Amino acid sequence: MLEYTIRRLFGTVPVLLGILFIAFVVLYLIPGDPAKTLAGPRASEETIQRIAKDMGLDQPLHERFLRYLGRVLRGDLGMSMVNDRPVMTSILEKFPYTLRLALLALVISVVTGLLAGTLSALLQRTIWDRLITMLSVAGISVPIFLTGLILLYVFAVQLRWFPTSAFGAKTMFMALFLPALTLGIRSGAFLARITRSTMIEVFNEDYIRTARAKGLSPFRILWRHALFNALIPIVTVVALDLSSFLSGSVIVETIFELPGLGRFAMEAISKRDYPVIQGVVLFSAVVFVGINLLVDLLYAYLNPRVRDEMLQARGNS
Amino acid sequence: MRALWQRFTLIGRLSLLALLVLFLVALLAPMIAPHDPTETNLHLRLAQSPGYPLGCDQDGQCLFSRLVYGTRLTLLIGFLARGLALLVGVGIGLAAGFWGGWIDWLLMRVVDVFLAFPSLLLAIAISMVLGQGVATVILAIAVVGWAETARIVRGAALEIRGAEFVMAARALGASDLRIMLTHILPNCLPLITVIFAMGMATAILSEASLSFLGLGVDLSQPTWGSMVSLGRDYLIPHPRLSLYPGLCIGLVVILFNVLGDELRDLLDPGRKGQMT
Repeated sequence: MLEYTIRRLFGTVPVLLGILFIAFVVLYLIPGDPAKTLAGPRASEETIQRIAKDMGLDQPLHERFLRYLGRVLRGDLGMSMVNDRPVMTSILEKFPYTLRLALLALVISVVTGLLAGTLSALLQRTIWDRLITMLSVAGISVPIFLTGLILLYVFAVQLRWFPTSAFGAKTMFMALFLPALTLGIRSGAFLARITRSTMIEVFNEDYIRTARAKGLSPFRILWRHALFNALIPIVTVVALDLSSFLSGSVIVETIFELPGLGRFAMEAISKRDYPVIQGVVLFSAVVFVGINLLVDLLYAYLNPRVRDEMLQARGNS
Repeated sequence: MRALWQRFTLIGRLSLLALLVLFLVALLAPMIAPHDPTETNLHLRLAQSPGYPLGCDQDGQCLFSRLVYGTRLTLLIGFLARGLALLVGVGIGLAAGFWGGWIDWLLMRVVDVFLAFPSLLLAIAISMVLGQGVATVILAIAVVGWAETARIVRGAALEIRGAEFVMAARALGASDLRIMLTHILPNCLPLITVIFAMGMATAILSEASLSFLGLGVDLSQPTWGSMVSLGRDYLIPHPRLSLYPGLCIGLVVILFNVLGDELRDLLDPGRKGQMT
């Protein structure tokens, strides 16, 4: 397990470097001279040159990249061009909202997705199965902003059960519920599809027949044997969802005016605050890599076969 | 083709027909729409009026005509973006799966990098670099979408590479490129068809999301995503301005998803029931 962990950890290094490089290049490619932008419209040529030098813009590209790398490794994502605050500080300030939203959305998605998917698999080829399948196709097809706007219109504007903006909410839960539901419906629908197909596959396995023949109760078979074996694809989807929620759900946070990472990114985009955009994109990508790493380690821990296969494959190549 | 049609279920046939109808709508938009989609009439702001089937929007433009014209850009952007992503993804996937070794390692790390970025934020960043426009939106969606395709095609190529007919072709002295294009690619085609249909759904959703955030094509050209976005300020008391275009997006995406499901069950029975 230790060998696997170390190998897997080193495996993320090239990917992280690639991510950093792309985040760097995107900012480099943006039209317009950043020194000029920073200096303002009425700055003299001298000032612009000095700022460019301060920012290291006169250095060759690879040196700037190395310098950028060094800064990022020290946790410095640069300064916002709008309010001169360190980008990292702002990200850490906004992240708790996004994290809470992500966790609540995840709970909604896992509960509805697993229940609907399992029911659908158990009641295969009945009208209920068809209904759930249809609903889940609709759930993954409706754009997230439409779901959000409909929920906002019905529950906040018409029924007034929830505030229309997170700023007017009495409790955190009230502020988070509708946005979390918006996210949860979509990923729950996706999860239901995965759960259904995996469960159907698992139900056809020999060990389920054996368990049935042993006379185990259907509930125990479902819980202990079927669900446990269907876990790997399910965990994969859940992990993907979690990392996409954590990168700040730009659309949902914009609609419900939630002061999280996504809205922060959106504000930065409208103000062309490039260091902030770069920082948020980078932060999200690193979170994604981290969650993937954790999930892979979890698999390897739960299922030694995965780990052995990988070690063997590496040995051969 | 005919055999395929007969193997479709009723729902699959219906969704294919519905998509064909939508293509016709896109092609014949000027004949179907009663008004010019950009013609404004300030007397009719947010009003219902005879000759305007769904009423007028915030600028007094005919909502129905805008929806009809919106079909054009939505489908066009979806197709081109998806086509581009597919071209790059299939090329890279084939190369990685067929050659293996360090080429595979390198290409797959690049794929990992692209998969790690939150897709919407990456698309936003790209459209910022390139500036607004149809070409930008297409490119942004393609850049976000090619990696998934590459990974799936690579897996298929890896499997086919070991098949006997590939070994036979190699024994006959066929070049790598020839084996890839005439032996491996045709065997991946069913899979690629499925990826394309499913990917259309994602591409249309991405375009809608970008337009919704105001980062899509410029707002004078009607797309469904931007219509939802513009209608948002008039949600009370005119939810229809956002609702109708939103439903159109949902409908097209459902159709492509159903078609993709159906194609997968037919063309790629090994993966029946799985997500591609």
